[in-house]
Amino acid sequence: MSNSKLSQSISTDGADPKISEQVLDVEKDLLSMESYSTIGNNLVEDAKMSVRNVNVFYGDKQAIFDVHMDIKKNEVIAMIGPSGCGKSTFLRTLNRMNDTIDSCVVSGEVTMDGENLYDPKLDVVELRARVGMVFQKPNPFPKSIFENVAYGPRLHGLADSKVDLDELVENSLKKAGLWEEAKDRLHQPGTGLSGGQQQRLCIARAIAVEPEVILMDEPCSALDPIATARIEELIEELSQNFTIAIVTHSMQQAARVSHRTAYFHLGKLIEVNPTETVFTMPEHKLTEAYITGRFG
Amino acid sequence: MQTSTLVLFLFVIAVFAFYSSQNRSISIAGKLGGIRKLSSLPSYYGTYSVLLTLVPVLLFISLWISLDQLVIERLVVEKIPKEYVPLNTSDYQLMINKIMSISGGIIKNDSVPSWQLDAAVRMRQLSVISQWSITCLSIFMASILVYWGFRRVSENFNARPVVETIMERMLLASACIAIFTTIGIIFSVLFESIQFFRKVPLFDFIFGLEWSPQTAIREDQVGSSGSFGAVPLFVGTILISLVAMVIAVPIGLMSAIYLAEYANTSVRAFAKPTLEILAGIPTVVYGFFAAITVAPVLRDFGESVGLDIASESALAAGAVMGIMIIPFISSIADDVISAVPQSMRDGSLAMGATHSETVKRVVIPAALPGIVGGILLAISRAIGETMIVVMAAGLAANLSINPLDAVTTVTVQIVTLLTGDQEFDSAKTLAAFALGLMLFVVTLMLNIFALQIVKKYREQYE
Repeated sequence: MSNSKLSQSISTDGADPKISEQVLDVEKDLLSMESYSTIGNNLVEDAKMSVRNVNVFYGDKQAIFDVHMDIKKNEVIAMIGPSGCGKSTFLRTLNRMNDTIDSCVVSGEVTMDGENLYDPKLDVVELRARVGMVFQKPNPFPKSIFENVAYGPRLHGLADSKVDLDELVENSLKKAGLWEEAKDRLHQPGTGLSGGQQQRLCIARAIAVEPEVILMDEPCSALDPIATARIEELIEELSQNFTIAIVTHSMQQAARVSHRTAYFHLGKLIEVNPTETVFTMPEHKLTEAYITGRFG
Repeated sequence: MQTSTLVLFLFVIAVFAFYSSQNRSISIAGKLGGIRKLSSLPSYYGTYSVLLTLVPVLLFISLWISLDQLVIERLVVEKIPKEYVPLNTSDYQLMINKIMSISGGIIKNDSVPSWQLDAAVRMRQLSVISQWSITCLSIFMASILVYWGFRRVSENFNARPVVETIMERMLLASACIAIFTTIGIIFSVLFESIQFFRKVPLFDFIFGLEWSPQTAIREDQVGSSGSFGAVPLFVGTILISLVAMVIAVPIGLMSAIYLAEYANTSVRAFAKPTLEILAGIPTVVYGFFAAITVAPVLRDFGESVGLDIASESALAAGAVMGIMIIPFISSIADDVISAVPQSMRDGSLAMGATHSETVKRVVIPAALPGIVGGILLAISRAIGETMIVVMAAGLAANLSINPLDAVTTVTVQIVTLLTGDQEFDSAKTLAAFALGLMLFVVTLMLNIFALQIVKKYREQYE
């Protein structure tokens, strides 16, 4: 029922002097809707992670409504949407970082390789080692570059000897494209690096524990265009070995780096489609309005 | 008129000045078509008038009061026959005091020589004159200034920047009072110490191993060796501070970690003020808690396990001092731990670290400079603490590093040296100033060191 209502509002879209008005109408419909369905191919065959009926509340306020989607193995999936649409909150449900916020309650099911992440018996600490995260603002620890990268391996006992650890650190820095710049200053503080280098250090730190999935929460929003380009290249390379979910404010970035794109609006997952489709022929009115810059 | 009544009266004049100038400016504004036509708001004209009246008159009064005694004294002494005026200063002062007592009616005037009586009468007359002249002069001055302030009110006179400047000067003056007081204290301690070091060599004081400040006041007195080696006192101070720190640092730090990292808002809202109540307990209460409760318990416990614990042990005083310092450390540590950015914690948690691993490996190292700074400030607090040790640690200047012995501290000795009947030029009394100076230097260095560390910490994330 709700689905037909939505598609109706799309099909009535004629040649448009009043498009923004119609968009507002659709938005109003969306707000009043009890339930809705995501448009596009949100579910896939070989899913790494599956999200079913996920709702997230901050106290009384609901931030995420009934999200269904899959994340494919070794794909880069971008989450886009206007500010406050819940895309970051959604990302943080995938490694249970929302647990650190007292008032936050998550319902529904998130599975990785068939294992329910919200199972009370599941060890959150272990989960977070398997699902790494890179944050919006580079947050290297106030330690040396080496110690930053060695932090995770030390915690989880991934290196048995000093030689192993050196090798692991070197490999991680190489994969993050920071080795050449950092190899002569491994024991200087990580906070002395430039913003872009710091972010690559954080990526190196995340991949040092060999996660299966890497979540990136607007990893380039604090960086200049050149540093951004380097990170984007890096994401491309990393996608060969890791599954990556990236939240971004930049539609160009989503178009450049991702295979699929998910569009969130007011806490609802509106549309998931191959990136090309989303940016050339979006199915949903709101997606179209957003990517053409009518609001955001 | 009494000076206090006079000042009160001047404040009444000031209120009058405020309203008269304010009203005048309002009436000027009314003629011109609104307050916006004035250069300043009406209240600024009022404030200007008040400041113009009060500041010079009050300065004048305080200057007069500080000088009139001196002038009156001169005038009185002038009339006293030369042969009665003693040449040495202390006898001279004695004579002045006596005359003042007679004129104040403290000494009955029937038993005194007539020249003293004359001088006393003259002094009385002069003070009455002085009192009357200051009353008349200041009220006259105030009225002129009120009138002047009133006349100056016009639409072109901008009172606002003038008031601003005067305000700034007044704030500056207040800041200076604090600074000059500090400097004054330093110098008064310094000069007395120099006098002390004339009697006792500096080397003996700093490196001497025996403290026994009883000096002979009379030639025939016995048991007054008078040795001023400060080492036992400083060792005692350090010992007690150490005991206090051993107790306060771990407990304070851990409670801070709990409050900043683990406690939810409702626990925090309850626990933090409760902990801070500890800081509000007067140290004298801690003192008798230490002396009456803790020390006997420790001694009895020592007896039961075969240890010989003095009833005024460093352990008892140090333990209670440690408890007193807990809120000090926990509050500073809580602040610096809370100041560690959340992104650091998120980064660590997202790597799969547990909460306590995050605290141990990221939060505490990041907050460490601030915590160390806090601990150093707490140490200088412990070193300067007096009341607890006076009551619980005793007076025996034993050179011992065993916390079960009775020791004494620098502050305790200062208190005992300066209480009771004293002679202000004996080495015994002056020793207190030397001790005070050394204590001041030590805590000053600790504070500077601590502030440096705290400052360095502030710059860390930027």
